[in-house]
Order: sequence, then structure tokens, then C-alpha cells
Amino acid sequence: MTLERFFRRRPPQQKENMANDDLPDLWSKCPKCNAQVYNKELEQNLRVCPKCGYHHRIPVKRRIEGLLDMGSFQVTSGKVKAKDPLEFVDTDTYVAKLERARKKTGRESAVYAGRGTLAGLPVVVCVMDFEFAGGSMGSSEGEEITRAIELASQEDRSMILVTASGGARMMEGALSLMQMAKTTFALEQLADKGLPYITILADPTTGGVAASFAAIGDIVIGEPDALIGFAGQRVIEQTVRQSLPDGFQRSEFYEKKGFIDMVVDRRQHRETLANLIAALRNQAKPEVTALEIKVPEPPRTGLFGRRK
Amino acid sequence: MPALEFEKPIADLETRIEELKAYGSSSNVDMTEELALLEKRLERLRSETYDKLTRWQRVQLARAPGRPTALDYIGKVFTDYQELHGDRAYGEDAAIVGGLARLDGQAVVIIGQQKGRDTKENIARNFGMAHPEGFRKAMRLMDLADKFGLPLITLVDTPGAYPGIAAEERGQAWLIAQSIQKMTRLRIPVISVVIGEGGSGGALAIAVGNRVLILENAVYSVISPESCAAIVWRDAKEAAKAAEALRLTAKDLAEFDIVDEIIPEPKGGAHNDPAGSSDELKKALLKHLAQMHGMDKPALLASRAERFRKLGVFEEIA
Repeated sequence: MTLERFFRRRPPQQKENMANDDLPDLWSKCPKCNAQVYNKELEQNLRVCPKCGYHHRIPVKRRIEGLLDMGSFQVTSGKVKAKDPLEFVDTDTYVAKLERARKKTGRESAVYAGRGTLAGLPVVVCVMDFEFAGGSMGSSEGEEITRAIELASQEDRSMILVTASGGARMMEGALSLMQMAKTTFALEQLADKGLPYITILADPTTGGVAASFAAIGDIVIGEPDALIGFAGQRVIEQTVRQSLPDGFQRSEFYEKKGFIDMVVDRRQHRETLANLIAALRNQAKPEVTALEIKVPEPPRTGLFGRRK
Repeated sequence: MPALEFEKPIADLETRIEELKAYGSSSNVDMTEELALLEKRLERLRSETYDKLTRWQRVQLARAPGRPTALDYIGKVFTDYQELHGDRAYGEDAAIVGGLARLDGQAVVIIGQQKGRDTKENIARNFGMAHPEGFRKAMRLMDLADKFGLPLITLVDTPGAYPGIAAEERGQAWLIAQSIQKMTRLRIPVISVVIGEGGSGGALAIAVGNRVLILENAVYSVISPESCAAIVWRDAKEAAKAAEALRLTAKDLAEFDIVDEIIPEPKGGAHNDPAGSSDELKKALLKHLAQMHGMDKPALLASRAERFRKLGVFEEIA
């Protein structure tokens, strides 16, 4: 321990007023292959590591920019906010937790949705935001998803739902559980109108979200290496008292087991969805233009991605 | 019947009364006055205990050994039960039972989650925790009911869907989702009753009814108090606290319209009087079936969708 500490390289001391401080965060390190990736390149790849294909989590707005025709998206969510029906308190109050999630994301729920076009095809896109309380589904999330599906039915649009959620939200008790049924009922209206419903399961999609609308897309797409399943891995390990096999409950695993139609790299989602939707609606094969990904201004931080 | 921890004072007093009675008759000493006093005290103790149960005590009652299981109710409430086995795809899951039966002469299809009545049976039934094949079996029984226009009764009593490796491999999440979806499509009257434990998605998978009823001491929750405590306090022993926070009792659920009616249990809970509890269940089933009598298929579909559409508590942003 002491030896290790002795030989450990000391982090270079950051001096005040270093000239480099003005340099933006240009590179970041891929957690999987350790490659130094130029941030601009990472953004152009929709946060997929260009070296090894590792899928970083992607902010919901960026995901939608990467899917829809530029400038076509109109947000329709943001109409409801969570209450605290159970007056839930554990180590902290639910109200305080909600407040933190709102501050962190600038949104009222873990759902971001709206209408737009994808290669000219009219769609509603609904994305769950893992940043908001782990993407968990409470009453307001269930309501936003239900309304997004209803909007698609009303306006004859295909429905795309991207899931990233730990499951039903504990802090709203059985009310959260009921959202699984509520959203499924809405999907029936969509089905009655013959409108496609495609789900993209991002990391992670588990619990009550996996076991309701995520699993029953007309077509179910998994993002590479996304964790998917009903029970969490810790719960399973405690139940069966053995460690889990490698790759268990990942997208590729469920593709092999016959539960996911395909695993698709995020950079191909736009083209794949356009082709699938056009085929399901028996329309001409659409022209899919590559997207020019707008790269946001990087935050001012130290050199080599070291944050101050 | 082994008494639950909080029932022990009652059980003790009952034993003492019995002993006193035995002493009185064997020794020819008149104990009537003393006995009357004790009986009165017993009554008061019972009221004090059962009238203000904590949520955690309700959870214990919902899981009490000797509490009637799905098959117990099927035997007492229905006649001519014909059990049907298997999912027609993979296997037979004993954690979910079901088949044809008659309720006051009316043919119905029943699906129930079945816990064991002793350890051996519990192992065979996997403690009422279904695998994907169990939900697939439930779904094919739903199809049967739908095809022949028979009312469907589902009896919910499970700690949850089984969280094991094989269950995940065989698509637990998918089967639960499909079962929920199947229920949204049924064109028959569907009554779901939580008779014991309504454990999360595994419970909901067979609980998307036109009516969702619950027995007085049953509970229905998004997560078990133990799991909730393990997540929040990193200690399953805090389950009592979690049970309070989760608001999982029949009364709580009725407040949020998650259940339509609370079916009363005899004082002391269903495990102390299975026959009385069965009578109440039968009355409720008949009442709600009668209410749906004559509704056509679209109306049955629409009213079920409407029922669930309204669930949730949130604030509209102006």
C-alpha cells in the first residue's frame, strides 16, 4: 500500500493562471478502449466511440437531433409535473429528489417527446431521460408517454419510443405500476390505426419499463451492450446465489435469445428507422440524408479533459 | 394456526380462556363471571389489534401462513373447477393455476397465482413466483375466455415475478408486457382480485381488469417492502419503515382509485376464517359481474381502457 502510494504518479499540480486554462476540453477518454477521442469527433458519432463502438449515454435532445430531419422537431412534452401523492420519505424527501432532478435536467419529468419528421416521414419521438431520477417512471412520465402515443394516433404518425430507465418509480408506489397498463392501453389505439410502433432500448431498460411498453414494439431494437431485463442484476445474484454469466441481460444476449429484433449502432438508427417505418406503412423507400451533427460549444475546462 | 407476532397476546388470552373453561368444568367451580370478563377483554384486544393495524402488520397478514390461497378460494367460491395445465409452448408453471369453473352456475375462466400451503408445496409452486411460461399459460387461458365469451376472474397473490437467470433468459419482461397487453384487448368482463400479495409487475400482468378488487388485508405494491428497504436503507430489516412509505394497503390503494372496492375480511383476517372470507369474495364477484351484465364487447374494452387511463397523480402545468 505504502509502496504503491510512493510510486503512484502525482497528479500534476494545477497552477493558478496557467495559460492552458483557456483551452477547451478537447479530448475525452473512452472508458472501454481507453482511446483519447477528440470530443468533436465523439459528438459527430452521436457519442459512440469511433475507435471501439462504445455507446456513451447521450442527452435526450442530442439523440433527437441525431434522429430527425433538421429543424423538424417540435416538443410537445412538458405539460405535467410530478406531485408527491404518497408524501414519500426515505433518507430524503421525494420532493427534494424531484427538485434536484429538475435542476439537473431543466425538465419536469424523465420524458421528452414531440412530433417531427424522419426522412420526411411523420413521427412522434418520445425519449426517456436517464438523467432525471434514473429515467424512472412515475405518474407524470406515464402520462407524458401516454399523451405522446395518443398524439401519434391522432395525427397519423409513427411512434418511436427510446427507453432508458431503471423501471417504475418507487416513490409513487402502485401509482407508478399502473402507468405500465395505462401506456399499454394507449398503444392499442395506435395499433387500431395501423401505425408503426418501434422501440429502441438504450442502456439501461429494466423493471416496469422493460416489462411494459419497451418490450412490445412492433419492432424492438437494442442499442449495443445496453442492459435490458426485468430484474436487476444484484437482485438476481442474491436470489440465485451465483454470479451472472458474461454479457447476461445485454442487447446482444436478448437478440440471441429471440426477444430483440436487432442490435443497431446508434449512428444507424436514423436510416434503420426510416426504412422500417416506410416498409411498415408500405411507402416508397425514403431518401435518408446523413445528418450534419451540430457540435455544441465545449465547456471551458482544463487541458486533456481534466475538469477544474 | 401459528399466530403472527402481533397476534400473540390474542392467542395467549384465548389459550387462558380455554384453560379456565376446562378447569371450571372439571372442578365444578363456577367460572362464568370470570369467563365473561375475559371474553370481553378478548373482544377489546381483538378490536384494538385489528382496527388499527400498521401497514407492516397488514403485509404480515397478507402473507400469513394459513391465509387462503387461490386454490382455496377456487374450491370454496366456485364449483366444477377443471384445472388446465401448460403454456402450449414450453412447460407447466405451478406458480400460476387456472381453468374453467362455475360461479353460481355461470361458467367462467379463472387464473390465480398460487402460493404453497407448506414448505414442500411452496417449493413446488416457487412461492407463487411465476416464470415466463406461467404468464404464457395465463395468456392462453385469457384467449380461451375471450374466444368463448366467458368472464375472466384473476386472483392475484405473488411476491413478484421470479427474478432468476432462467426467467430472464426466457424473456420475463416480454411475457409480463405481453400479458398486460393481452388484457387490454379482452372483450369479456374481467375481474381481478388481490387476495394476498400483489407484487409489482408480476401481479399487474394478470390484474388489468374492468374491476380491480382487493381483500381488506391484502397489499399491492410496486416493490416489496424488503426490496425497497434494501435499496433505500441498504437493510431489508427496515421493511416496516418501507411498508409505511409505500402506502400499499387496501385503503391506500382505494384512495388513489387503483382498486375499485375493498372486500371485507372477517375480524382477525382471512386466515382465521377462510369460509367467511370466501363468502365475502363470492358476494363481491357476483355483484360486479352483474354490473357488467349485458355490456357489449366494445363497451367492455372501452370501459377498461378508461379505468386505467385515469390512473396517476400529477400536476398539469398551465
